[in-house]
This record gives sequence, C-alpha cells and structure tokens, in this order.
Amino acid sequence: MEIRPILSTLRRHKTAAALIVVEIALTCAIICNALFIVGQRWESLHQTSGVAEHELVVLSLSGVGKQVNADARAQEDLAALRAVPGVTSVAMVDQLPFRYGSNNSSLGTRPDQPTPTLSAAMYVGDEGTLRTLGLRLAAGRDFRPDEFMNWSELMDQLGTHNGMPLKTMPLIVTKATAEKLFPGQAAVGRQVYMANIPLIIVGVVEQLRRPNNWNGNTSYSMLMPLRKHYDQGGLYVLRVSDPARRAQVLRDAVDAVNRVDPSRLVMQNQTFDERRADYFSNDRDMMGLLITLCVALLVVTALGIVGLASFWVGQRTRQIGVRRALGATRGQILGYFQTENFLLVTLGIALGMVLAFALNQLLMRHYELPRLPLAYLPVGALALWVLGQLAVLYPARRAAAIPPAIATRSA
Amino acid sequence: MFAYYCQLALRSFRRNKVLTALMVLAIALGIGASMTMLTVYHVLSGDPIPAKSTRLFHVQLDPELLAGYTPGDEPQADLNRHDAETLLQQARGQRQAMMSGGSVTVEPAGGALKPFMLDARYTTRDFFAMFDVPFLYGHAWSAAEDEGQARLVVIARRLNDKLFGGADSTGRTLRLDGHDFRIVGVIDHWSPKPLFYDLNLSTYGTEEQVFEPFQTAIGLKQSRSGSMNCYGQEATVDGTEREASCAWIQYWVELASAGQADDYRTYLTQYSQQQHDAGRYQRPPNVRLRDVMDWLDFNQAVPGDVRLQLWLALGFLLVCLVNTVGLLLAKFLRRSGEIGVRRALGASRVEIFKQCLVEAGTVGLSGGVLGLGLAELGLWAVRHRPTQYAALAHLDASMLLLTFVLALVASVLAGLLPAWRAMQITPAVQLKTQ
Repeated sequence: MEIRPILSTLRRHKTAAALIVVEIALTCAIICNALFIVGQRWESLHQTSGVAEHELVVLSLSGVGKQVNADARAQEDLAALRAVPGVTSVAMVDQLPFRYGSNNSSLGTRPDQPTPTLSAAMYVGDEGTLRTLGLRLAAGRDFRPDEFMNWSELMDQLGTHNGMPLKTMPLIVTKATAEKLFPGQAAVGRQVYMANIPLIIVGVVEQLRRPNNWNGNTSYSMLMPLRKHYDQGGLYVLRVSDPARRAQVLRDAVDAVNRVDPSRLVMQNQTFDERRADYFSNDRDMMGLLITLCVALLVVTALGIVGLASFWVGQRTRQIGVRRALGATRGQILGYFQTENFLLVTLGIALGMVLAFALNQLLMRHYELPRLPLAYLPVGALALWVLGQLAVLYPARRAAAIPPAIATRSA
Repeated sequence: MFAYYCQLALRSFRRNKVLTALMVLAIALGIGASMTMLTVYHVLSGDPIPAKSTRLFHVQLDPELLAGYTPGDEPQADLNRHDAETLLQQARGQRQAMMSGGSVTVEPAGGALKPFMLDARYTTRDFFAMFDVPFLYGHAWSAAEDEGQARLVVIARRLNDKLFGGADSTGRTLRLDGHDFRIVGVIDHWSPKPLFYDLNLSTYGTEEQVFEPFQTAIGLKQSRSGSMNCYGQEATVDGTEREASCAWIQYWVELASAGQADDYRTYLTQYSQQQHDAGRYQRPPNVRLRDVMDWLDFNQAVPGDVRLQLWLALGFLLVCLVNTVGLLLAKFLRRSGEIGVRRALGASRVEIFKQCLVEAGTVGLSGGVLGLGLAELGLWAVRHRPTQYAALAHLDASMLLLTFVLALVASVLAGLLPAWRAMQITPAVQLKTQ
C-alpha cells in the first residue's frame, strides 16, 4: 500500500486528523493508567492472609451489662462450639485479618531503644489458635499449655507489679517481623521488648497478615498466648471440616452460644470469606468503575472515528470514484482507509504513551501509586489499533462500495 | 436572528441525524460521568457546619517522648486525658468540649424489644451549643452535672422514635450497659457530613444516637471506640486513666471570632511550655489549631478514590469534547456549500460564526438533558454501592444548574474551532465548485 498519497491527503485535513490523534492519545493515556489501577486493586484483592480462609467462620458476642465470670463463661462457649457438628477446632482470638482497625504494638531489640524497630499487629489468642487458623510454623514451636493466661490476669499483674508481667512472656512472630528484627539471623530464643516489657520469641510462623494495611505494611504481626473473653473483644473462630457446610455450622454455633447464655448479643457471625469480601468491597467497586470508564472511553473514541471517517468518505466520493474508474479495486479503497486510520492511531498512541507517563507521574505524586509498568503500553496500543480498525471498517466499506460511474457524474 | 439560528440548527439536526445523535451522545456521556463524580465530590467535600466552621478549632498538643522527634512533626491528633481536662478547666475559648466515641448496649424497658448496641459519644456539655445541635425536647446537661458524673443522657430522635414512639421522653429512664440514665434531652435530626469532630470513625456513615457526660462514661468504664495511641516508655494497663500516656480524646474549641486563633495558639504554646518546664513534656511546644475545613482538608476527609474518580471522569469529559469538536467540524464543513450561499447572499463571517455556535450550543443543551438523565442513573448506581457515603449521593439544585452550565460551556467551547473554520469558507470558491 502506497503511503504517500494518504499523507498528502491528511495534510489537507490537518485539523480533523489532529483531532483524531489527540482523542486517541488522551484515551490511550487514561486507559493505560485506569487499567494499571485496576491491576493494582486486583493484586490487593488476591493477597493471602496466612490463615485457612475457606474453612473459617467467625462469631462475636457482646454482654449486656456487667459480665461476671466471663472468663469461665467463655470456656463454656468454647466447649459448646467444639461440640457443633462439622467443627474440627475452635479458637478465641482478639483480631483477624481484613478489618479496618487494628491493635498494634511496637517492638524493639533493646529496652532503651529510642525509636522501636517496628510496629506489629498484636494478635492474642488461646490454645487453639495455631491449629484453628491453620498457621504454619517456619521455626521454633507453638506455645506450651502452661504459657497461656487470661487477659484479665495479665492486666492484674501489670497493675500490681509496676507495669511488668510476673514471667517473661513468650511470643510468636511472623517471618517478616523476625527478619526485620534480626536480619539474616535466627529469631527463635531471642529477647525483644514491647516498650520496656521483655518477651522471648519461641516460634516463627510463615505468614499472618495484619488486620489492615498500616503505614503501608501488611506483614508485621505477632501472637501472644492470651485469652480475651467475648466482652474484651475476643472473637470465636471455628474451623470446619467441609467448607460447603459453613452456613449450617454458623447457625448451629449461634444456637450453641445462646444455649450457654441467651442474655448476650451476637454481634457478627460470618464466614471468613464474607469478611474478606466486605474488606475489599471498595476495591472491587473501584475496579468495576474504572473498567466501565475504559469501555465508555473506547466507545466514544470509536464513535468519533466512525463519524469523522464517514465525513471524509462523503467528502471524497468523487475522488474515490475517479480512482475506481482508473482501475482501483474495492480492496484497495478499503485498504486505503484502513492504512490511513492505522497511521493516525499510531501517531495517537505514540503521543498517548508520553501522556500516559505524565499522568502516571501526577498520580504517583498524589495517590501513592507505583510507576506504570511498561507492559501496560503495548496492551493499550493493541486495544486502540484493533478499535481503530473496527471503527473505520464501516465507513471504509461504504467508500469501497462507491461505483466508478460516480466519477463521470457532475456534482 | 437567534431564533432563526435555532431553527436552522434544528433543521440541520434532522438532516444529519446520525452525526447529531453521536455528538449528543458523546456530550451526554461526558456530562453524565463528570456530573456523577462532581456531585459525589460536592457532597463529600461540603462544609458540615457552615455558620461556624471558621470559628471552631481542633486542638493538638505534643506530649510525646523526645525520642524520634523532628521539629515540625505533626503532633498526635487526639489529646490525653490530663491535658484535655486541664484545657477544659482553664476554658480559654468561648466554648470547649472534650469527647470520645463509644458504644453502649441499650436495654429497652418492658422487654418488648431485644437489647441492642448503638454508637455513643461521651462528651462535655458545650458540645451541643458548640456544634449547633438542635433539641427537639429538653436540653443539654449542666457543667456541674459533667463534674458530678451524673447519670444523664441525651438521645437522638431516631432512638426516641424507636423506644418512645416519638413522645417527649425527657425525665424518663434509659438503661445503658446495665446502669440507669435519666434522659434530659432529645435532639432533632442532626447529621453533619462529614462527621468532622471525630475522623477516626466512619466519616460519612451512621451517626451517634446516645450522648453521655464524658466523666460518667469513663467512670463507669463503658466501652469506647475510635483510635487510642499510647506513646510512653511504660506499658499501659488502662489508657483512659488520667495520667496515662495515651492520646484518645478529641478536643474542640469555639472562639468568638476567627481572628482570635492566634491568641489561642499562643495560649496553647504557653501551656506546652509550662508542661515542659514542669517536666511533663519532653518536646518543645508543638501545637496545632485548625478550623473545621482545614482539619478536614488536612485529613483528606474526601476519600482518595473519590478524588481519583473525579479526575478520571473529567478526563473522560475532555475526550468526549475533543470528539465533539471533530464531529462538529465534519458537520459544518459538510455544509460548506450552504454556508457559501449564505455568505454570497450577504451574511457576514461573524453571522456564520454565531450560527455555528448556536448550533453547537443546542447540541450541548440536548447533551445536557440526556447527560442529566445519565447522571441520575450514575448517582443511582452510586447509591447502590457498598460505600459509607452511598446514601448521600443526590443532585441538589446547584448541581442541577451546574449540569446545564457545564454542558453549554463545554459544547460552545467545542464549537469554537469548527465555527471559526466554517466562517473562513469563501463564498466564491464554493459557488464555483457547485
């Protein structure tokens, strides 16, 4: 296909050609960045938490009025929940991944450290925690049965002993936490400090996600052998043998705790998957919105190309007739318009790439978005090339259908 | 002449139905998308208390350890109890209040209703007058009752409707967390958006229905919610204790005029210096005093996603406009012959220009009408999204007007270049080629 005649024609329609190029460039820039954000959200949607997500259901209760013997009542609850058919194990923990708020504490390797090494999410849980959540030990051991105590007990100790527990408390940390505290060294057996309280790391688990994204980090967590009862924020976590039976287990679990003491309120009862879905609902929503925007942009751009190309075909009816009369085939006319479109779109894409990076710079500055990976550019370019060719097809076919006889007709 | 041009525009619509429809659709899509996002942004970035927002200030002090301090650091958003109580006692503003979020279990009398949990606010008496909270029945509690940890409560209209069928419930008893409280006031519908006074909580979500004296709630150890940040070198057993090194109390002050902010800031600096001299503070005075809109701005109360969506929607509108420029150009130039004739018959260039702009404007208005429909559809979709601000997404009169202004301005702008090109058409050449 000869390009020169196309170029010279375009030179005579500079404004219209420039408008198509600008439109393609803007579309390209916006689409690349929008798809990039979609990709980012998609990734965050698929973050793992380190717990056996599909096998867990969660229940939380609140007492009405002052709770007496709540620690003992919580043990009754746990026994009742273990007896629910389909439950393999039960634990009481104070927080779980995928929540907007979190309990955190700072950790350091020295008691007098002016700024702590890191701030980690502080999970406290009872004897069933590791097994129920499905946490995998990478090093060290699980807590021993004699290491667990009630949260209220610990608070009493802190209150009466100058803010110090009676025994050095054991701690399990995540791999990421261990690596940050002791880079390149074994963390098991080492002493760390929470403010001035010493703790001993006894185990390291592969992963336990922070409840939320805090200071841009989701991997620093620690676990302490403490039982918080239902009125102190303790959540009942049940692991089921068959994920398909989660809904039934949840209903039975609510009945079970109500049989122990019906005067309490059931605040939340949901599967872990539901909890995860809730947490990421905004991200999914944003993805849907951005994809809709991209589709709308492509449609508008396509319509613009159809409109302008149709106008051109109308304007050049006579020239096309002349070309046809001089022997040009329909295929050649079709090819002419498609090449023309290809040239314009390519120019638009080239400009669009520059714009895409400029836009990305702006987004990086204001929305803490990472740099746009180069891979998004060929994808955006391909989409626009295909779009351009499809959009120009209809006007080009109309042009090709112009009979040669029109050349001899006076206007 | 204007009416004639409108008529011409309509006639041209009929002749180029597809092209016109494409333009109207493009403008409508652009207007629809940007108006949806502009409305959401408008609703979320509004002034929650316009009459007073320049006179209400959020107070911040810096009681943290010297370790890790760099001059210019932002102090904690909240105050610890010692500082909040001292400032409240010194009462240097026209009004002041300390507060924290909480949650309470309500046990309805009679047993017809099951107990349920509600969000609460533990605060001091000035809260109501400061934030212009309207009372339906009764009134706020007194300063003495604040001090005396009186078991009093002010409830919201919604709760009053639920428990007492909307009757005047002042003087009646409400059982909260196992304790009896006397209702002294019922507040009318009141929901500042965003919920500026405590940004730890859901900023656009549900509002609190129970208001208790701060000291009463803390004395009874009722459960509190919101952020608590402990910073000391020692482990804290109970962060709500008076001397605990934990920041968790929102402190607001109302000044007689915005001009008094400097004086109050000086007072806060002096207070910090005194604390420093007394050994309570390690850091040099580091205070912040922001009025309502500054505070919202600083905390980026409008979610980042919403701002991003707004920019992308405006980008989309831009693409739609470029598209319209192209289509209008095609449309006008296609009528070169007609324009040539008009020119030959004596129409000046300016008249041609005007005619083209009128046509562009009509396209814009039609696009605006359709775009309004799309914006309503978009807002309907927003209302069905799982965001906490979903229910707020409604067009108001100003946004309605803005839709048409935006559509008209955008389309006339889009028409400028094509109209200018059309006006260049020389009568002679056109007539000759005919």
